Amino acid sequence: MNTSVQSPQNGVKVIEKGTSLWADAFVRLKKNRLSMLGGIIVIAILFACFILGPVLGWLGFSATEQDLTNRFANPLSDNGLFGTDQLGRDLLMRVLEGGQISLLVAIMATVMTVTIGIIYGGIAGYIGGRLGNVMMRIVDGLLAMPFLIIVILFRELISGHVDEMARFLIDSWGWSTDLVLRYSNLVPLTFAIAGFGWLTMGRIVRTAAASLTKQEFVEAARSLGLSHARILFRHILPNMLGPVIIYATLTIPSFILYEATLSFIGLGIEPPNSSWGTLIKEGANYLETETTVLLIPAVLFSLTLFAFNFLGDGLRDALDPKASKD
Amino acid sequence: MLRTILSRLLQTVVVVFLLVTFTFFAIHAMPGDPFADAKATSPEEKAALEAYYGLDKPLPVQYFNWWKNVITNNDFGDSIAMKGRKVSTLISESFPVSLKLGLLSLVMGISLGIPLGIIAALYHNQMLDYLAMIIAMAGICVVAFVLGPIFQINIAKPLTSLNVAGWDRPADIILPAITLCFGVAAYLARLTRGGMLDVLSQDYIRSARAKGVPPLKIITRHALRPALMPAVTFLGPAFAAIITGSFVVENIFLVPGMGQHFVLGVTSKDYNLVLGLVLFYGILMGIANLLSDLVLIFMDPKLRTS
Repeated sequence: MNTSVQSPQNGVKVIEKGTSLWADAFVRLKKNRLSMLGGIIVIAILFACFILGPVLGWLGFSATEQDLTNRFANPLSDNGLFGTDQLGRDLLMRVLEGGQISLLVAIMATVMTVTIGIIYGGIAGYIGGRLGNVMMRIVDGLLAMPFLIIVILFRELISGHVDEMARFLIDSWGWSTDLVLRYSNLVPLTFAIAGFGWLTMGRIVRTAAASLTKQEFVEAARSLGLSHARILFRHILPNMLGPVIIYATLTIPSFILYEATLSFIGLGIEPPNSSWGTLIKEGANYLETETTVLLIPAVLFSLTLFAFNFLGDGLRDALDPKASKD
Repeated sequence: MLRTILSRLLQTVVVVFLLVTFTFFAIHAMPGDPFADAKATSPEEKAALEAYYGLDKPLPVQYFNWWKNVITNNDFGDSIAMKGRKVSTLISESFPVSLKLGLLSLVMGISLGIPLGIIAALYHNQMLDYLAMIIAMAGICVVAFVLGPIFQINIAKPLTSLNVAGWDRPADIILPAITLCFGVAAYLARLTRGGMLDVLSQDYIRSARAKGVPPLKIITRHALRPALMPAVTFLGPAFAAIITGSFVVENIFLVPGMGQHFVLGVTSKDYNLVLGLVLFYGILMGIANLLSDLVLIFMDPKLRTS
């Protein structure tokens, strides 16, 4: 797909400008309506949880203020867009705050996953040989372990240390208790998920790095005497961004799911903090008589998973048309 | 082939050993101890309890003793949280429940997911394909803890013949099994579709078509076996995971399976219970992986020679 640029003066073709892989991919992505819809929903949900929620909080709406005279108020009433929950708290604010925690866990864990995966997989693929193989054997061994069980144990293991650190921040540095407790609760969970979630990313990066290392442009870079770090980060890394981005986009929904699953069984985010998992759990307790407290977080949660998955699938089709049939 | 199996077996033993070792040291390093919750525990009583369970010895000795007890007596020790009950009794009581539920939902998941995947591949990029893939995506995104409560409101509550939650009547297995099967079906459908599309673009399928083999026979005789390989690879670990109980579904429908014991064991620091469950799970996972490897070798002649 080349676009020729006409020189305005004499009409002679001067430059053949090629479109980049990314521009090409974006054209393909735009044609995929379902993924574009997914992308728009993802942006809307991110906006709602990270910008709208805090702004509403700043305007005086509260997710924690209780009003026992207004329990289980209907949605679209005077008591907020989504009504109120079992303690008369504004459900819209609770869902936005919970979503912020859920998304924060998933996004931070994904960022860590990508970082560890690129460094570990990149080195294993670049050096190859016996050491590279040993590095991958370790990944295989860890991948054979049951993910949820390991994550649960690892989270319990580090949560004590995180609590100590949180207390230290409050006592010695004078940080706000509310703020520290609210965000320290998600740290052990995030680390546990990322600590064992990077393995597949490491494998993908290694495969890509190993095949790129054999190509001529890397050989050329090497013959120019560039350092290993420069070759790895300036020449190999940019060429494997495609698979990394695809997999990262598909990792976010699976991490949202893990966060919610663990919070649902009481081994993730713990009350009084909330995430979508704890909101669904609380909602399920009142199921016999009230349905909105369950349905609203549940629908939002499923919608988010749908949106991320469709966007990820669309990105894969756009960036890697060969793999699009899967 | 024997070598492949033996090396797989060895790998499994190493993985299970590492898993149990990690679990042992992780759970002992966690803050808190099993007797922290008990109300009137004087320091003397606590010391006596610790001596009874062997928790007063140094960690490496406890670790060694635990393995010795498992290997020489085939015993996982006593549960600490549930006084007077052996871990092996707890497992032998709860495993049949999880096994029954898991097998039923697995059978349902397979009979739903694989045909869905085949249909999607045969009508590639047509309406049916999109429909099947949206259903599969729904199975992945509308997860058990959303689906379970919805079934409870809409099916169990109106129908008085089904319990909303509990495990008293034979019919109580139906809703948890349906809830569990959708996730399995969804992954199987996606994997089967991918495998089928891969196979259908191969040369030998084109040759079969050119020879005039009827379309149905191409699928059943030529395409199906290799197309199911990704699904079988997935089913190995999934089988082990699903028959050892789901944390979420057991929690929603109050099923007395193995998953809830693990959650309880971790929260109450019941070292013996957690270790016993992890070892049991690890062994089952090894067996399931080995079985799926054997099925793959049986399905693909190329794997037999290598």
